[in-house]
Amino acid sequence: MAISFELNGQPKAVDVDPKTPLLWVLRDTLNLTGTKYGCGIASCGACTVHIDGEPVRACVFPVSAVAGKKITTIEGLSADQSHPVQKAWVAEQVPQCGYCQSGQIMAAVAFLKKNTAPSPAEVDEAMSGNICRCGTQQRMRSAVLKAAQTMHLAQTAVEVGGEL
Amino acid sequence: MSVATTVVSRRTALKSTLQSAGATLVIHFSGRPAKAAGEKPDANPLTSWIKIDSNGTITLSYSKSEMGQGITTSLPMILADELGADWKDVRVEHAPLEKAFGQQGTGGSGSITGLFTPLRQAGAAARTMLIAAAAERWNVSPADCKARESAVWHGSDKLSFAALVDAAAKMPVPDLATVALKPPEEFELIGKSLPRNDIPAKTDGSAIFGLDVRVPNMVFAVVARCPVFGGKVKSFDDKQARAMKGVLDVFEIDAAQEAHSCGGVVVVAETTYIAMQARNKLKIEWNEGPGAAESSETLRKEFRRIVDSSMKVVINQGDADAAMAQTPSDKKVACDYELPFQAHAAMEPLNCTVHIQNGRAEVWAAHQAADMVQEVVSKVAGLSPDKVKVHTPFMGGAFGRRYQADFPTEATQIAKRVNRPVQLVWSREDDMTHDFYRPASYHRMNGAVDAQGNITAWHHKYTSTPISEWFDPKAAPESSELGLCSQLPYLTKSYKLEYTPAKSHVPRAWWRSVEASVIGFVLESYIDELAHAAGADPYEFRMRMLGEDRLVKDLLDDKERPLDAGRLKGVLRLAAEKGNWGKPMGEGQGRGIACHYSFHSYVANLAEVTVKGGALKVDRIVSAVDIGVPVHPDGIRAQVESAIVYGLTAALKSEITVQNGRAVQSNFNKFTTLSMKETPLIEVHIVQSAKPPTGIGEPGLPPTAPALANAIFAATGKRVRRLPVQPGDLA
Repeated sequence: MAISFELNGQPKAVDVDPKTPLLWVLRDTLNLTGTKYGCGIASCGACTVHIDGEPVRACVFPVSAVAGKKITTIEGLSADQSHPVQKAWVAEQVPQCGYCQSGQIMAAVAFLKKNTAPSPAEVDEAMSGNICRCGTQQRMRSAVLKAAQTMHLAQTAVEVGGEL
Repeated sequence: MSVATTVVSRRTALKSTLQSAGATLVIHFSGRPAKAAGEKPDANPLTSWIKIDSNGTITLSYSKSEMGQGITTSLPMILADELGADWKDVRVEHAPLEKAFGQQGTGGSGSITGLFTPLRQAGAAARTMLIAAAAERWNVSPADCKARESAVWHGSDKLSFAALVDAAAKMPVPDLATVALKPPEEFELIGKSLPRNDIPAKTDGSAIFGLDVRVPNMVFAVVARCPVFGGKVKSFDDKQARAMKGVLDVFEIDAAQEAHSCGGVVVVAETTYIAMQARNKLKIEWNEGPGAAESSETLRKEFRRIVDSSMKVVINQGDADAAMAQTPSDKKVACDYELPFQAHAAMEPLNCTVHIQNGRAEVWAAHQAADMVQEVVSKVAGLSPDKVKVHTPFMGGAFGRRYQADFPTEATQIAKRVNRPVQLVWSREDDMTHDFYRPASYHRMNGAVDAQGNITAWHHKYTSTPISEWFDPKAAPESSELGLCSQLPYLTKSYKLEYTPAKSHVPRAWWRSVEASVIGFVLESYIDELAHAAGADPYEFRMRMLGEDRLVKDLLDDKERPLDAGRLKGVLRLAAEKGNWGKPMGEGQGRGIACHYSFHSYVANLAEVTVKGGALKVDRIVSAVDIGVPVHPDGIRAQVESAIVYGLTAALKSEITVQNGRAVQSNFNKFTTLSMKETPLIEVHIVQSAKPPTGIGEPGLPPTAPALANAIFAATGKRVRRLPVQPGDLA
């Protein structure tokens, strides 16, 4: 039986074994390869996506559990690399090999929704569940802080009725 | 040297770019420009690096694979600078697999080292032809013309490269060996941290890695390999696996000796997940072979037996035994160092996609050497190399692992049987338990200092599971293991080096910085221990023992480039200065320093740590590097940050241990890595230099673990001699 959900704003239905992890449905069934396979046991975070806004490790999340929910993957974060976190990632020249970065960015975006003005230590804590073997940790830390600042300024501007 | 210039129709040269008709300047160079002394002839020939089309688009080729090091930006920058191209007009593409581009293997921190001069010459040759065309048009002397901003200028007159391309293509091609290169003070791009080409696509999921390759009608395959190193399939029952919906085929593939592949039972299915699930349902009986008896403990015992016994003397200068006998015991330092196997654990597990049809093969391999992939696939598929088209998607990390033939071999074996494009996927567990690991090693050190604080004896008994046994079995076993042991920069009145290999079934090969990752730790920990025995400051002691500025030759290989002791002291001094060496620190804090020369590059790292209640925090690493002309400073910083984090993971977190002939750690839950909160502040200082540039992918790693261990000693008085540091070690 088909499982239906919303993916990056579009309705989708897939007919697969309901136990199939969302990761493989995204990658192999829907050919949406921005979400990465790194470990298969929710240890590395490369497969992080948002389900109803919450960060989830897609490699252990059965597709049956997303029925009726809203999924956002890295491809759905913005149409044009314009999300403040994406921009900060470019500004800080964060990625090296880049493989873990979809998951890192999705983790950072989810974190910054909850904590709009984090301290460096809070960034460290929030991002420590995602592995990067290229050693971009220091640049990611700067980029998350930079994005937080941009988003905070934008938020403040909205609150006072101004525009950026 | 033969040089040919051709004008080809844009339709054939740039079909894929869909630009309008017109001529394209393609400069082919074959033969090789000036060689550095001692290099083998024809090691690095050149060909058509530059295409300029009549629309003004400048297409620059790069001949190396992108694994995160930024090579798709830094190599074209060199060409563009000499050419006088405006960077905004430049697009880059992977060079085709043509001999004239030279060897495309990407490793050994060698891309910039090997290509800096050839690319400059190629750029300069093209510039010279464009200037010649403009000068002819204006009827002026070429000497009065300059190329910049994708145009040739004469005073305020200018002609764009696009307008000159037809005429330039007919100009004689200058001799590459003598073509005039820009004086370094006129560099416009070299030395600039241009934003990397590959980064935007790595922020929105659009960058295509090996595993992201999608071809119409493709299927997915996984292989069940014997968990024991060297083991083989005895028999298997695939009934349950075949019964699963979506499973297309199950069959056995042989181990390939040359590629050191394992062989095993293949499952082909409609999706990766189905293939993995079906693999779990295979019932396989293994012939585990003699490797099953091996464990880390048996290997450790063997290491100790070897260093306790008489070993092969590799270097013996002066009389170390007599010097030791004459030294009072308080001036002697005897200790053992141990380093484990390490997995590469790149974030993207190994994979390879192959499609064989109509006597041709198409391959998508995130691999460090596209030319090697072509050779491997052609051999396994039984096709001539020109029938094998290789694509190189981004690599999700490599660190040396993606220089192997095993995964392209397996993928081709599978594709031969499957009449559809097939993507071989290694699970994380496959990747971690069937790696070619960094060798494990054991080092017994004996040395002495005299009353004046000079080193009188340095005796190193070294055993390891050598790489040579796997990849160069006819060579002396130590040939892959010694690194700076045969080019010791420190002054000692006597030096004895002994090496005997230990047998192991564990596969091993090149891991980031290879043997320097081992030797850096041993030499730089031991010199620290000698400094303390001499009652000297470890930094001052190193500076003094590095002696006069001089060139230090490799004692076993006179073709090896000599080490410049002055440059090594230079980075040591810079790291000490930037890292506040000698300034007082708080309770439980310590500073350690280490320097190393590898891949012709000089790096010193200084570590600051805090140890409280047995808990270690690495606060800061200050790095100083001298790699000649810094081509892309931010890229250099990124590579050093990367090597330091990779080195800290190996020093503090990860190892591969062996039990019953198999790797114990199979995923990131047990093979743990440095997290963001464990990552120190890292500062990288680059020596300004006009010397020829050398590599930086690896050299930041070797001085990392010893700087850390030396800092731990400074903070606690506890000497770390076995890596990784275990939680109880500092309690």
